[in-house]
Parts: sequence; C-alpha cells; structure tokens
Amino acid sequence: MSYFSDIINGTKTLLTGMRVTGGYFFVNFFTKRDVITQQYPNNIETLEMFDRFKGEVIMLHNENNEHRCDACTLCEKACPNGSIEILGDKAKDPETGKNKRFLVKHIYHLQMCTMCGLCIEACPVNAIDWGQDFHHVEYDRSLLTKVLNKPGSKIMSGIKG
Amino acid sequence: MILNIFTDIHELLLGLMPENIVHITELVLIAVAYLGIFAILGLFLVWLERRIAAFFQFRLGPNRVGPMGLFQTVADALKLVSKELTGTEKADKFLYKIAPYFVITTALMSLSLIPFSYEIHAFDINIGLFFLTSVSSVGVLGIFLAGWASNNKYSLIGGMRTGIQMISYELSVGMAIVTMVVLAGTLQISEIVEIQKDGWLIYQGHIPAIIAFMIFMIAGTAESNRTPFDLVEAESELGAGFHTEYSGMNFAYYFLAEFVNLFLISSVAVILFFGGWLSPFGITDTIPFAGLFWFVIKVLGVIFIFMWFRWTFPRFRIDQLLTLEWKFLLPINMVNIVLMALMVWLGLTL
Repeated sequence: MSYFSDIINGTKTLLTGMRVTGGYFFVNFFTKRDVITQQYPNNIETLEMFDRFKGEVIMLHNENNEHRCDACTLCEKACPNGSIEILGDKAKDPETGKNKRFLVKHIYHLQMCTMCGLCIEACPVNAIDWGQDFHHVEYDRSLLTKVLNKPGSKIMSGIKG
Repeated sequence: MILNIFTDIHELLLGLMPENIVHITELVLIAVAYLGIFAILGLFLVWLERRIAAFFQFRLGPNRVGPMGLFQTVADALKLVSKELTGTEKADKFLYKIAPYFVITTALMSLSLIPFSYEIHAFDINIGLFFLTSVSSVGVLGIFLAGWASNNKYSLIGGMRTGIQMISYELSVGMAIVTMVVLAGTLQISEIVEIQKDGWLIYQGHIPAIIAFMIFMIAGTAESNRTPFDLVEAESELGAGFHTEYSGMNFAYYFLAEFVNLFLISSVAVILFFGGWLSPFGITDTIPFAGLFWFVIKVLGVIFIFMWFRWTFPRFRIDQLLTLEWKFLLPINMVNIVLMALMVWLGLTL
C-alpha cells in the first residue's frame, strides 16, 4: 500500500514546501522586511556594508595616529600583481641605539588590486585590514593610488622591527 | 439596460459602409484587438513573474522603469525587436523560420476562445473546449520543430523532451477537462460558465472536482513548460533547450507565447472550476463588464499559484516525470472520471 501513502506523503511535503516559500512571499510582499536588495545610488548616504566585505585595504591607526606597520615588506612580496609598494628607511632607534627600519609610505594601487587578501594574511603584526568602503569611483586612475599610512603617523611602541 | 459599446460600434460601422465589408472590418478589428491583448498579456505576465519571483527570493525585482517597473518588459521587448536575427548555418531554414509562428498562432487562436466577460467573447462554438485543447496541442509542434530545425544537440534534446512531456501530460489535462465536462454536460464555454450560476463547478462536483483541479494544475504546469516541468528548457543542462539558437524577435515569440500559454491554462482552470466571469454569489452579475474584473482577478489568482509552484519546487528528472504521469496521474484520473460519472448519475452533485 505504499502507492497511496506515497501520494499522500508527496502531497504533504509539497504543501510544506509551498507554505515555507509562501511565507517568504507574503512577508516580503506586504512588509519588505527581509528584502536584502540595496537600491545603491539612492541609499548612498545610509548604505553600510557588512563586516567581512572586502572593499579596500586600509591601515589601522589608533587615536594617537600610530600604526603597527614596521615596513617588513611581507605584504609587498605577497601581492601577486604588485599593488603594494613600501617605501621604508632606516634610522637609529633612540632606545636601543641600533638601526631600525621604519615606514615612510605604504603605497597601495587600488586600481590593480583584486581584493585577494593575501597581503592581509601575510602581515605578521596585523597592521593592514579590510575596509568596508566600496565607493571607489574616480575620474582619474592616479587618484586610486593611495598612501595608507596617514601623514605624520609613526609606529606604535612595542612592535618589533 | 445593458450598455453594449460593441453594438454601438457595429451600428457606427454600418452607417459608414455596406454590410459585408462591415463584417470583414469587424473581423480585422477583433484580430488587432486580440493581438494587442496578446502582447500586453505577455509583457505584463513577464513583469509579474519577475516581481513575484523577487519577493520569493528576498529581492525587489524590476522597479525602475515606469511605476513599479511596469515598463521594464516593454523596454526588454524593444531591445529584442532591435536585435539581429541569427541562426545556425546548417539549420533547416524553412522549418527554423516557421517554427515560432506555430507557437504564437496557436496561442493566439486559443486566446480567441477565452471569455473575458459575458460581453467580451470573440469565438464561442459548441465544441469550444475540444477546439481549445486541440489547437493548443498544435503549439507543441512549434517547439518540436524548433528543436529539430536548429541542428543543435541541446535544441534537439529539448525538442525530444517536449514530445515526451506534451504527449504524456496532454492526456492528464484532457482527462481532467473531460471529468469536468461530464459534470457540466456541455463543451461550449459560455454554457459551462452559465451552468455555474448556482455554484462554481468545484463546489458542485466537490470531491472529484477537487481531485480533477489538482491534476489539472499539475498537468497544466507541465503543459506550459514551467518549473518543475521545465525539462524542455532546463537552463542548467541544455543552455536554453529548444530555443537555444533563436535570437531577437523569434526568441521573443517563444517567450511571450510561453506566458500567454500560462494565461490560457489559468483561464481554462477558472472557466472549468471557478465560474469564469461570474462574481462570487452573484453579487455584481447585473453590472455590465463587471465580469471582466472578476475574470481577471480569478485568473491572476491561479497564475499566482503557478508562479508559487515555480519558485518552490525543483526540476524533475525525465524518468520521474514519466513515472508521475503514467503511474500516478493517469490511474487517478481514470478512477476520478468514473467517480464523477457515478456522482452525476446518482445525482450526488451539489
């Protein structure tokens, strides 16, 4: 008698599926509560991307305008298409008296970046991270070349060079 | 007093030209009107499908062109009109070119049988339902020819699947219709609707009518080539199935005809089960053209159920498709016809 129970079970499961999708439909039709579509140019002021969105590479700075980058160039080496250039220099460390590398400019070519994230994984001191800004439109490609460390910033104390 | 603008137009034309020319003019006018209905229906239903699909999937759908995105499909159609008509070099050119017209002509012919209201009914013959099912069967030929003439393996597989699917499920649609014809006692569409003044046929026929309705909905989904029965197109397997090689307006014909067929199958469901243009409990039966409103509302409801199917159920495999038809729907249908006949004979209908 599995013939008839198959029919009844089949109908039941189909109706269960229809109840689920019908619930989605009516919720979204009347309230638009769960609609995830972003109407981009219209909500440009309020749109916030989710935490793990890969918008661009940024360098983290604290409130004293200090970053963690010690110019080790591991991110530059990790980058498969040369989007990162690091200009470093050496100076005498006042504490130890030894020569130490420090960062002058962390140059990031957004126009070449594929957002693969290898640089961020390579960084041993978590100096760079993903930013959520996605609005990168410019009229000149040179404007997409960015210096990630803020002007006047210096390395945080306690980061080994 | 019945406000009949059609009589007014008829008399206006009689004043302008002799009687036999009036007849031809009216035929042309009606044909043009139905072509307009065809195009508007197709475009509107494509828009509706996209909007409804969007809400099922937590999206918004087309909402930029015109109010609520209503003109999105018009823009799409204009794009398709402006595109180049391409084709394969080794295609059977004659069949390849004629195939879309099979689909579109049969859809248009079937549309003429649909009563939009008591007043708006272009072609009412005593074998209306029979004519409707026969004509819509011819439409399959268009899909089959397209699959064959394209000279493309995906199209051919799509066309072959059409053959299998249509032959199988036409049987179920036909027998579900026969079940209701046993109850109604006539094939003329206007009479079938008139009979339902005392109660819609799904109420008059209760249990067998509900079973017939369920079978009709399942087989109707298969007839209009919609998911879960869209093996014919099966985007993930066959490219676009039978219309892989079609472009521009030829593709648009298939696209529009598919949605007009959806409207047709829904209209037949409404005529057979839900009282056609009649209002519920006869509340507005005295107002002229109110039938149009009720008919459209009911048809949109049935279309919504079809769309609900589409965005819920995954596609069948070809063996499952055939098992469902030949082992489940057909035996149930046969028993159902006998049940309905017995009920009519014993006077158990409501």
